[in-house]
Amino acid sequence: MSAAQYETVETDVLVLGAGGAGLRAAIAAAEGGARVLIVCKSLLGKAHTVMAEGGVAAAMHNVAYQDSWEVHFADTMKGGKLINDWRMAEIHARESPERVLELERWGAVFDRTWQGRIHQRPFGAHTYPRLAHIGDRTGLELIRTLQDRAVHTSGVDVNMEVTAFRLLKADGRIAGALAYRRSDGSVIMYRCGALILASGGAGRMYRVTSNSWESTGDGTALAYEAGAQLRDMEMVQFHPTGMVWPAGVRGILVTEGVRGEGGVLRNKDGERFMERYDRDRMELSSRDVVARAINSEVLAGRGTPHSGAFLDITHRKPEYIKSKLPSMYEQFLKLANVDITKQPMEVAPTIHYAMGGVRVDAETGASTVPGLYAAGEVASGLHGANRLGGNSLSDLLVFGKRAGEAAAAAVRGKSQEAGIDPADVDEAIAELMGPISRPTGENPFAVQAEIQDVMSTHAPIVRDGPGLEAGLKKILELHARAEKCGTGGSSTLAFNPGWHTAQDLHSMLVNAEALLRSALERRESRGAHARSDFPDTADELTDVNYVVGKSAHGMQVRAEMRPPMPDYLAEAVHHSYARYTPEATE
Amino acid sequence: MEISTLDLKIWRGDAQGGQLVSYRVPVREGMVVLDAVLWVQANMASDLAVRWNCKAAKCGSCSAEIQGFPRLMCKTPLTEYEDSLTVGPMKAFPIVKDLVTDISWNYEVNKEIPPFTPSDNDLSSSEPWRMQQTDVERAMEFRKCIECFLCQDVCHVLRAHDMKSAFYGPRYMVRIAALEMHPKDVLDRRPLLNGKAGIGYCNVTKCCTEVCPEHIKITDNAIIPLKERMDDVYFDPIRAVGRLFRKNRKSESKERS
Repeated sequence: MSAAQYETVETDVLVLGAGGAGLRAAIAAAEGGARVLIVCKSLLGKAHTVMAEGGVAAAMHNVAYQDSWEVHFADTMKGGKLINDWRMAEIHARESPERVLELERWGAVFDRTWQGRIHQRPFGAHTYPRLAHIGDRTGLELIRTLQDRAVHTSGVDVNMEVTAFRLLKADGRIAGALAYRRSDGSVIMYRCGALILASGGAGRMYRVTSNSWESTGDGTALAYEAGAQLRDMEMVQFHPTGMVWPAGVRGILVTEGVRGEGGVLRNKDGERFMERYDRDRMELSSRDVVARAINSEVLAGRGTPHSGAFLDITHRKPEYIKSKLPSMYEQFLKLANVDITKQPMEVAPTIHYAMGGVRVDAETGASTVPGLYAAGEVASGLHGANRLGGNSLSDLLVFGKRAGEAAAAAVRGKSQEAGIDPADVDEAIAELMGPISRPTGENPFAVQAEIQDVMSTHAPIVRDGPGLEAGLKKILELHARAEKCGTGGSSTLAFNPGWHTAQDLHSMLVNAEALLRSALERRESRGAHARSDFPDTADELTDVNYVVGKSAHGMQVRAEMRPPMPDYLAEAVHHSYARYTPEATE
Repeated sequence: MEISTLDLKIWRGDAQGGQLVSYRVPVREGMVVLDAVLWVQANMASDLAVRWNCKAAKCGSCSAEIQGFPRLMCKTPLTEYEDSLTVGPMKAFPIVKDLVTDISWNYEVNKEIPPFTPSDNDLSSSEPWRMQQTDVERAMEFRKCIECFLCQDVCHVLRAHDMKSAFYGPRYMVRIAALEMHPKDVLDRRPLLNGKAGIGYCNVTKCCTEVCPEHIKITDNAIIPLKERMDDVYFDPIRAVGRLFRKNRKSESKERS
């Protein structure tokens, strides 16, 4: 028996995270006969998925009849600079149309074509118009539809405002998780047969980010501590267009839909500079290319007054802009006092998405630890070195469903594992309560700000070896400080954000360390990972992924060869390169 | 880039009680109320409880009463105020701590509303559905709702009279309207509206419309059309007159006997 106080809750499948992936996984697991419990850090329906604006990518060929899963597959692979898990990219391209149509049958209302089909808009690096959308609030529609479906699916229950801080194992298999309630600090031990991580990314480790406070990389850190492998951790996406001004709103996303609807980028001289970076695709080039282009313009002294670029959609009719981009219109008018139907927006890159994450099996989302699954941003593989816009919403539908089904199948007819070590539980709870016992310790918000400074300085859009090394040293020092930090003054257990932030520091540091170590290993420039000391793409590294794991000596990174693509997939990519050579001008 | 400081008064306390606490906050260009509150949390009061997520008016987490008016903190620029302002929690819901309230009642209500229900024909058809833009746009307005619950907070039926057991509130009138006006939904939710949802309690003062950050015309486009649908079934004027006659005849016969 453990000495610490906690409540025990049992379920078949535990889902951490209530964004699109978590909700879709929960629905699938419940339909598979499992009792499902969703645990989320915020309130239900507030997850980061609501921030997705542009649309969900699916080759339904409603607008361009030539589109097919093969073209979507090739676009995804090319966007990811070929280090994607090709089987995931294949499954994703084949299954996303079905998942989108299924959403519609659950009550989602998409914009329509004149024939009454789901409308699809063009987006960066997608060969054809492919993104099903609802104005510029597609993520909200998706999460509301899934949320309503989930709460009306029998067998699904939700615990809101609860944060998981440790995964528990028994005989090498996941057997549960420890979590605390944000409202009163009480501890819950969840016992489960399978656990699905759907906890999103780690954008908060950067200062300028489109991510919310929740995105501290908890899932990747929990998985890592439980012995699971991480993959492609060097690959984080800078979204090319975040707001830059005023200072208070820096980093807030400006949807790629603006460029999809015809918005053009200009530097301070009024030059449409994308011509020099990707003449074929211009503003609708892949995100890594556009982000680096804006960065280069600013470095060359051609930036806007607040170090960004101008994004201009004023050539479109005001009514059109207001109907297709209503929340962008509102956002700029309210927060920056800019009327986007009359004036250009000022934009600069902002941290947006983690392509890397938990290493998963393509078919089932299973991690390398038995009983542990991952889906959505927390998982890795589909997006390779760069994610295409619109592929994340389809990702979480396709792989959320698969992970849910696999987890339900894994627990079917199985009894709960006994054998959680009470010493593990006591140690984890003691660690959780540490900052409470050190109210005069360092302020966790100060440590968090330093992590953000280190990452912004040492792992920016264009990196280099010495910078990464220096950053790694600083992150390791911050690790030691985080372990000793307090709550920022108050020792109350009742809704204490200082204490909660102290818990999040550990997750952020694991993610930061994994990013820096992997980035040091990848001695080339590829997709989102650009190094000034290795500016070229190394062909021999096209078959290599960097895998992170925990060893007795700390974090280890090793290169791993990927098996080659089967002929029919290689053919699809080949065909696409032959037809379009967008990288030629890069 | 500091240009001035702000006297920010935040309500601090819990279910037992509390008071306004004053904080001096440095103001930078473009700051919104949420920035000021989070600055206090990071620098002066790490246990200040506040909900927020997207910081872009898309998630509806940071609802509060700013100078007594229900608003989203992330969408309210400090420039709208002089050098002092007061922020408190939503008053229609029980206090948890500081700016955080217990809004679980809303989630319970949502569970009681029968979900989207297409016809059997539509459900079994293997063809993708066809719908026209003009037909879906009506429902789309209501589906813009970000569930900030500011309309619930300002609704006097819930706020002043605490009649949560009798009226679902504007948010769920919007939710029901979104389902009822979905071109493919076939379920009739009028008995619910007339019964537990209590649409009759709304006396169209339009306060909810005024506070909606998504500019949904809650009263005009959701509640009034729903009320009109109700009238067809429950308040037919001809039958009402008929009832009047029946009552009169009864009283006459009573007089005669």
